[in-house]
Amino acid sequence: MIFADAFAWLLDPVNWSGGKSIPVRVGIHLLYCLGAVLGASLIAVPLGLYVGHTGRGGVVLVGGSNALRALPTLGLVTFLYLIAGGGTVGVLIGLIVLAVPPILAGAYAGIQDVDRGVVDAARGMGMTGSQRLWRVEVPNALPLLVGGLRNATLQVVATASVAAYVGIETLGRPLLDGLRVLDYGQFVGGAILIAVLAVVLDVVLAGVGRLVVPAGLRLSAAPAGRTRSRRTQRGRREEPVPVESGGSTA
Amino acid sequence: MTAVGDIAKYLGDAGTRAALLDMLLDHVYLSLVPLVVSVVLAVLLGLLCHRFRQVNATLIGMSNIVYTIPSLALFAIIPALIGTQVLDPLNVIIALTVYTTALLVRPVAEALAAVPAHVTAAATAMGFRPLRRFLTVELPLSVPVLAAGVRVGSVSNISLVSVGALIGTGGLGTLFTDGFRQRYLAPIIIGIVLTLVLALVVDLLLVLLRNRLTPWARVGKP
Amino acid sequence: MIEFRDVTKRFDDGTTAVNGLDLVVEAGTITVFVGPSGCGKTTSLRMVNRMIDPTSGTVLVDGEDVLGVDPPTLRRGIGYVIQQAGLFPHRTVLDNVATVPLLTGWTRRKARQRAAELLELVGLPAELGHRYPVQLSGGQQQRVGVARALAADPPVLLMDEPFSAVDPVVREGLQDELLRLQAELDKTIVFVTHDIDEAVRIGDKVAVMRTGGFLAQYAPPAELLTRPADDFVAGFVGKDRGYRSLSFVDSSGVEVAEVATVAEGSASESSPDWRLVVDADKRPQGWVAPDGSVVPGGSLYEVGASIRGALDAALSSPSGLGVVVDAGGHLAGVVTARQVLDVIESRRG
Repeated sequence: MIFADAFAWLLDPVNWSGGKSIPVRVGIHLLYCLGAVLGASLIAVPLGLYVGHTGRGGVVLVGGSNALRALPTLGLVTFLYLIAGGGTVGVLIGLIVLAVPPILAGAYAGIQDVDRGVVDAARGMGMTGSQRLWRVEVPNALPLLVGGLRNATLQVVATASVAAYVGIETLGRPLLDGLRVLDYGQFVGGAILIAVLAVVLDVVLAGVGRLVVPAGLRLSAAPAGRTRSRRTQRGRREEPVPVESGGSTA
Repeated sequence: MTAVGDIAKYLGDAGTRAALLDMLLDHVYLSLVPLVVSVVLAVLLGLLCHRFRQVNATLIGMSNIVYTIPSLALFAIIPALIGTQVLDPLNVIIALTVYTTALLVRPVAEALAAVPAHVTAAATAMGFRPLRRFLTVELPLSVPVLAAGVRVGSVSNISLVSVGALIGTGGLGTLFTDGFRQRYLAPIIIGIVLTLVLALVVDLLLVLLRNRLTPWARVGKP
Repeated sequence: MIEFRDVTKRFDDGTTAVNGLDLVVEAGTITVFVGPSGCGKTTSLRMVNRMIDPTSGTVLVDGEDVLGVDPPTLRRGIGYVIQQAGLFPHRTVLDNVATVPLLTGWTRRKARQRAAELLELVGLPAELGHRYPVQLSGGQQQRVGVARALAADPPVLLMDEPFSAVDPVVREGLQDELLRLQAELDKTIVFVTHDIDEAVRIGDKVAVMRTGGFLAQYAPPAELLTRPADDFVAGFVGKDRGYRSLSFVDSSGVEVAEVATVAEGSASESSPDWRLVVDADKRPQGWVAPDGSVVPGGSLYEVGASIRGALDAALSSPSGLGVVVDAGGHLAGVVTARQVLDVIESRRG
């Protein structure tokens, strides 16, 4: 049983001490992921907010973001390693490139999906452009923005394993080592660690989301029995599915 | 520029060019087969999600978990699970199918849910049976959202296939591992460019296909 | 004929939408279900084509229990029009209208031909057939909805607030159109609305329903206005029901008097009486006041219309004289409010 081997590897005390122990690799993995998501956020959030708010350049943004998604991370990492002469910068940039599209999409769609009526009302009450952005659009965009961050984090955590190929001691190391010597215990053990890390980070970010998303928006996303709810134009939020022959009593 | 010279030199060899073509075709095969299979699977699963609330929560949860599994791990663990050879391209195909299906289920379910209730009610009231209603009303109306998902899926598949190079089946990804081992930029650059071009071409074809299927989605108001 | 026999519908959440409904919809008539939200009018309608099945009781269409018919088959024989029209956004107008004929096995060519006829019948130009629903106005979409419901020539038509989403002017046009179509087609129509004016305007009979799924009164519109069964119906029917009920009183006995006229454009000189301005065709154009100024006229009353029109013409006229015209719009004379009221009074006695 490969899972038994995996747990044997995971529980082996040898793997929990020294410079290449599991905790050290988890730490390095986390550092790269954190750096990548932070770096990507610094680029993508302002850009997404700007384009969403002004409505200018949406097409270019979506196209560019799709092109970024097409960049093969392994290719980018090896390329940057060779021209930069080292792994750190190459891996970081590769992961940032990976994280930008989902964050960008979240920020942009978040602002875009804010009910036009709400924005109109804000304008009608005399809010300036920046007041509208910060007091109305951004709070309303938070659910999708956080969603984008969660997507990016998932992808980065999973892909940071590729960094091991250029010599960075991430959790990809046991994967590659296990693969080379066909030690499935080590291989699957590494994969489990990465998956657990991803789930933990996702739960943390979901918690952060709950804290920062205004209560009014959380309430609207709660299931509301048999009510027919209007969907936003894109139907992106999770809302109760309209019942077909249920309770319309006019 | 030495890089340009390198690339020219690299491409100058007929054997290399033939190998490149092979890798490209491999890449197309490895990325597009999962895409097609996933569309079918995702539509079926999305339908289940749409019809049964319970299934919906379960499947969406599962598809989120699938994304936490590193692609490299999935590529290599499949032989252990289903007994294929480690170098069997089927591993990559199955792994990418799992990913792409996970990616598409949610948009499909949402697109089906977004079909206006009055439209499905009208279909039912005119005597459509459920299967026919699904195939002729709900599914066609979901195409724009489905197409958006398929576009993301195709791009990410094309980029992910490269990772397969680490286990020996990577299409164009082989150029990255080769280049890295030999500390040689030319194949890496060519690999990146070909991957991008492939993604772009497939995306273009998908857009054409979508437009073909949804003439109604692009008419303006009078 | 549609018959509800002691029909009750309770939903899973415990609400009772329809409570022991007993009602007969006569063939070839328009019956309107009207009432506030939650009165069960839409639920009642949807039990006819089995979009909802009753908890107890029986719904019969032409004597046959609908529960004995396979729903899709039943529905193909019953036209259905809803508020948002429910048009298929991905099909052209023509293909939308051809939907049911195609379902029932017509050839595409024949179905499209039928669809084109129907577009004409509901007053839409043929070239709209190749557009998509999103390219039509709300009123046009509703017409397409009606055409689609009529496509297979079903004897029964169910209409669920079909005109509620369009503006009042368009709504009135659609109501007229429906009455014209009904005169031609003679369908059995069940029409749901929350608008009592619409109900009174188009219904041969009106069923007023009350929250909780009770039938409060089922009667022709005139009776509803003059003899509401209880306070709820009286309240729902509205404030000026006395005046509105005059819509159903004919105007025989109203005497039409002569009136002094001046030709349009001729010099106006002062005169102690109000004089009516008419054009060369004797169509009324306004009034000349005793001080010689020209003022616009009030509403016109066409001979043969209800007495409400006669009274309104008199009340809205600046001179107090209601202008009466014939079917061609030519001046026929004038009436006063007192005369009209005398006729109404004498009818009572």
